[in-house]
Amino acid sequence: MTGRSPSIWQSMRAKGYSRRDFIQFCTVAAVTAGLESSALGKVVEAFETKSRPPVVWLHFQECTCCSESFIRSSHPIVADILLDYLSLDYTETLQAAAGHQAEKCLQDTIKNYPGKYILLVEGSVPMKDDGIYCMIGGRSSEDILREAAKDAAAVIAWGSCASNGCIQSAKPNPTNATPIHKIIGKPVINVPGCPPIADVMTGVVTHLLVFGMAPQLDSQGRPKEFYGRRVHDTCYRRPYYDAGLFVETWDDEAARKGYCLYKMGCRGPVTYNACSVTKWNGGVSYPIQSGHGCIGCSENGFWDNGPFYQHLASFPGFGIESTADTIGTVAGIATAAGVTLHAITTNIRKRKLIKDEVAESVETGKKAEGGDK
Amino acid sequence: MTREPEAVYQSPPANHALFRKIYVWELPVRFYHWLNALCVVALILTGLIIGRPLAISYSSEAYQQYWFGWVRFIHFVAAFIFFFNFLARIYWGFVGNEYARWDNFIPFKGVQWREIVEVLKVDILQTKLQKLITIGHNSLAGIIYFMTFLVALFQAITGFALYSSMSASFFPRLFAWIVPLMGGDFAVRQWHHVFMWFFVLFIIVHVYLVFYHDYIEGRGTTSSMVGGWKFQREDELKRK
Repeated sequence: MTGRSPSIWQSMRAKGYSRRDFIQFCTVAAVTAGLESSALGKVVEAFETKSRPPVVWLHFQECTCCSESFIRSSHPIVADILLDYLSLDYTETLQAAAGHQAEKCLQDTIKNYPGKYILLVEGSVPMKDDGIYCMIGGRSSEDILREAAKDAAAVIAWGSCASNGCIQSAKPNPTNATPIHKIIGKPVINVPGCPPIADVMTGVVTHLLVFGMAPQLDSQGRPKEFYGRRVHDTCYRRPYYDAGLFVETWDDEAARKGYCLYKMGCRGPVTYNACSVTKWNGGVSYPIQSGHGCIGCSENGFWDNGPFYQHLASFPGFGIESTADTIGTVAGIATAAGVTLHAITTNIRKRKLIKDEVAESVETGKKAEGGDK
Repeated sequence: MTREPEAVYQSPPANHALFRKIYVWELPVRFYHWLNALCVVALILTGLIIGRPLAISYSSEAYQQYWFGWVRFIHFVAAFIFFFNFLARIYWGFVGNEYARWDNFIPFKGVQWREIVEVLKVDILQTKLQKLITIGHNSLAGIIYFMTFLVALFQAITGFALYSSMSASFFPRLFAWIVPLMGGDFAVRQWHHVFMWFFVLFIIVHVYLVFYHDYIEGRGTTSSMVGGWKFQREDELKRK
């Protein structure tokens, strides 16, 4: 593994970091990757011996919020190392090279390190009209993705765009924005979120570096260690939910007390992410802690499940504000009214029947009496 | 013993006819019915509360109460009972009497389709009952119950899929695959909620039609689900 380029430890030493700094970095990396403390030795060994893997970071239909998030990893050394010491050969937003030079970097990496480079993809791929909605260097994003993915050692889909399609794939999805796992016939590590949490991103990369393989994934291709639990289950406001203490309107007494935002449309109960554990911006806060419900940005389809401030989504085809409940209530009332009408006409008929039967039985009763005596 | 010819048959007035008791709904069927009714009502009520919690008791702190947790607990317990009760009913559809059999619920035969049309006429156009309707489930009721079974199954599957993320036990985990299939927890919850309304409408129509058929058939439809007995006119039996 050595030879091509110095290991991470060697590069760190060359930059003047001490052994202590290095071990600290390894520890933080192990923690963010969700590893147990006994695995620290493995991390140290990996970073001492393994050379920096070349990385290609492609940008398609996206807003660069994933990159923005990534460079704000809470631990400065982690961000530093991962950005400096991953050999980031190609990334449109950060690279110094431009034009033909930049494209050459990409081609060189693909050619020189087949089966060795890591492919990170940010953004979805438009599949409509031969992909003309997202072209780089005169080539469609689908074309570039297919070429880059072919010989990649691992493919990571950064953010909801690459994982699920995100906002540009909202109905009616004019460009047919498509998540990358539907395009390339390879396993993809989905790291959804709009953007994903910086520490989750570094955690996934660390896992890849240390173990040389993808972390355990769930059925939607997301690393279980970060997407295994709902925001709701680790939320510090969860006790208010179980106690039935809810914010009713923004800025009511309950909101000031920090009660559960469930009735304000919080998507925490249906969203799988690590927000309430790792939090954002170096552990400062996360949406719910800041008083706003979760919008479920790491969930597939969150963009079409509005309004965000309503627990139930509006029902398609019946106007913005009508939920399943409003339609159900109307249908229920209509049914009850129909049944009542039916009952009235039935009883009109029944009255006549009863009258006839009573008359008949009186008659037969008389006959019976006459016959007996 | 001479067989009465069909052509000259004259049915006597209703209040003169002799009726025979027929044991239609066996105990397991009745038990299923009422346990199911209880579960469905409990599930709808708690489900509505879970969908839109009541705004009560803001004077105490979170550690002093757990009412929403209890509502959800009742929902989950009722769901398990509902599901296994449903499975028991399916089993009984293969070993029960002829009125409980599974083929009552799926119209395979022309006779069943003709009866569906007949009952539709009687129920909607309120025409007079011309032919005799099956003493068990009439064919229209049968097919509607079959649809109800499908919706019940859908509710059970989506419900357990939603529950799977909060449970470590193997059974709800069996349904976890539904979530990615339907596009995430949000979509599953949404559809679980939408189909709840099917049961609300079903209850209104079902209860009403039981009363209505009790009147037009005069065979003890309402009480039959308590005691199991229905009544058939002797002469109608002979005619069959």
